[in-house]
Amino acid sequence: MPALLDKRLIFVTGKGGVGKSTVAAALGLLAARRGLRTVIAELSNQERVQRLFEKHGERYEEVELAPGLFTISIDPDHAMDEYLRVKVGALGHMLGSSRLFHAFTMATPGMRELLSIGKIWELAQIQRRTRGAPAYDFVIVDAPATGHGVGFLRTPQKFADIARVGPIAHQGRQIATTIADHKFTGVVVVCIPEEMPVNETLLLRESLAEDGLDLDVVVLNALYPVRFDDDEVDELEAALRRARSPLSRSALSAALSEHARADCQREQHERLRADVDGRLVELPYVFADHLGPEQLEQLADALEPQL
Amino acid sequence: MNIAELLDEKRVCICAGSGGVGKTTVSAAIALGMAARGAKVAVVTIDPAKRLANALGLEELANDPRRVENDRLAEVGLEVQGELWAMMLDPKRTFDELIERVAPTPDRAEEVKANRVYRELSTAVSGSQEYTAVAKLYDLYQEHSFDLLVLDTPPSRNALDFLDAPQRLSSFLEGRALKALVRPTGIGMRVLGRGALPLLAALRRVTGVDLLTDLGTFFQLLGDMTSDFSMRAEQVDKMLRAPSTAFLLVTSAEREPIDEAIWFHDTLRRTGLPFAGAVVNRVHHDPFSGTEPDDVESALTRTLPADLAARVAQNFRDYHLLARRDDRNISRLAKALGGGQPLLVPQLDDDVHDLEGLLHMHEYLFAPDELRERLIAELVA
Repeated sequence: MPALLDKRLIFVTGKGGVGKSTVAAALGLLAARRGLRTVIAELSNQERVQRLFEKHGERYEEVELAPGLFTISIDPDHAMDEYLRVKVGALGHMLGSSRLFHAFTMATPGMRELLSIGKIWELAQIQRRTRGAPAYDFVIVDAPATGHGVGFLRTPQKFADIARVGPIAHQGRQIATTIADHKFTGVVVVCIPEEMPVNETLLLRESLAEDGLDLDVVVLNALYPVRFDDDEVDELEAALRRARSPLSRSALSAALSEHARADCQREQHERLRADVDGRLVELPYVFADHLGPEQLEQLADALEPQL
Repeated sequence: MNIAELLDEKRVCICAGSGGVGKTTVSAAIALGMAARGAKVAVVTIDPAKRLANALGLEELANDPRRVENDRLAEVGLEVQGELWAMMLDPKRTFDELIERVAPTPDRAEEVKANRVYRELSTAVSGSQEYTAVAKLYDLYQEHSFDLLVLDTPPSRNALDFLDAPQRLSSFLEGRALKALVRPTGIGMRVLGRGALPLLAALRRVTGVDLLTDLGTFFQLLGDMTSDFSMRAEQVDKMLRAPSTAFLLVTSAEREPIDEAIWFHDTLRRTGLPFAGAVVNRVHHDPFSGTEPDDVESALTRTLPADLAARVAQNFRDYHLLARRDDRNISRLAKALGGGQPLLVPQLDDDVHDLEGLLHMHEYLFAPDELRERLIAELVA
């Protein structure tokens, strides 16, 4: 299997709240630093990546975040209009403006996912469907949370199976083949060192395997620094027993609390490493008010030697 | 204000919030606390951590609530006056049960369950978890066998999925969009009116004929059931809007989940759904309310080696950064909620994944304000 950054299409998934958008953004910065023209595609309609970079661009247009790094927010409605315009011509125009048709497609289970994934596939093509649109070397998808994530990747094949013939079946099969191609497509799972996210990561791996997919990299995010060794912890505990001033007491309590949490993290870290060793990439907890461009650059720095 | 006061006279408590904020543990701790105070409570959860599931006696997947014996709770030191029940939702099974309930005959139910469109619908499609969670909640609500139902909403990135997704699926099942286009009849589908003809032809060209046929067959099988789905949807909506229902926002104190909680609150207000309060989980408390703890290092060098004191000081500065961040975000949330302080649960030293952990969390949720403040003060000093 080629290295992650030698692939073309990367799906970033993981349990809700583990930092998928952050990791997608840091990965994007790294790819752009290596000279790859990169786009981060978002599906949640929340423009999280744009906000991380403190940009406020057009909704469904590609916005440049940094030199060589772009983002786009994918909306199924918009993707469908585009598809119809390009693929079906005048007829498509008629359909696209039909409210009935919109209602029908949007209500059809899975159709929203198919349209979104179709647009992602289009972004990853060397010959873009959209006339005059330049090609990308690297497409990062800030994918839905796990559970939904695997379902999302399965959508094209499901549609190919259901529709059997016709353009949807054809397109579904084409996309499914691309997703199954390990040389082209990769899966990154973001995890934090807590029990549930680690469980989900391990489960996700099994469920990807059922579809002939594999995870390329697990990014273990938000690792606390290990600041104190066991002897020092004893020392801190003794100091806390003696300490009188509220300031000292608070500082010592905070140190012991963080150490306890770091210990819990270590246990989960080991559990994960036992299963995905060799594909584990680590990112530190970022102590900041919120994540902005500066912190993303730091995270990209941290990824640099690991990928 | 505490949870018991917020949930006074309530029959349904829906814990909503973005992913990774601890909804499952907060839901379980709320159920535990209400049971301790005499109510017969069921907590409906989707995918609890294994250790938490074990703690609640949810080793096996049963699609109905199971009792957590009071003895088990007494072992960890909790005297329970009422009853605690817990269940783990199985979306596929809930969907099947729903079909079995509304189908006119068992044979028809089997046919629907074997239909391809249905199989996709009940498993793969995003929204099926949300849809079935609400469906199950409604069934339990109708049975009237619990004083309070606590729903842990399905894990999703976006809290609003919980409101949007069931609606999408619901309108599909009611066949609204499709009915306008085609009419399932004995011989398949018939186009409604001449005007729809080119549209249908185009639709076939884009979607592939078989997809439409499958959908047609599906709706033909559903037949009159679609009106049952409409009726149910109305009743579910009524339950969600009832004054005895409480939407409880659960969030952490980081910027994004707080943004989402504010957004969710706005949506509740706009759509007339009953908002009850907010719980902020994993809060870093600032023991010195914002003042810079600059001289901590010199205070510590008297008792610790300089190098160790420096690391403790750095840790404290980092902690403070998070405490100030949390404080700002919580103020922002409180302001957006318009009065009514959110309930704060501090960042605990451990993942909450067993009954002891739940008990610990429940102390903060159920303590009167004064006691909570004292507990928190003890925690940070």
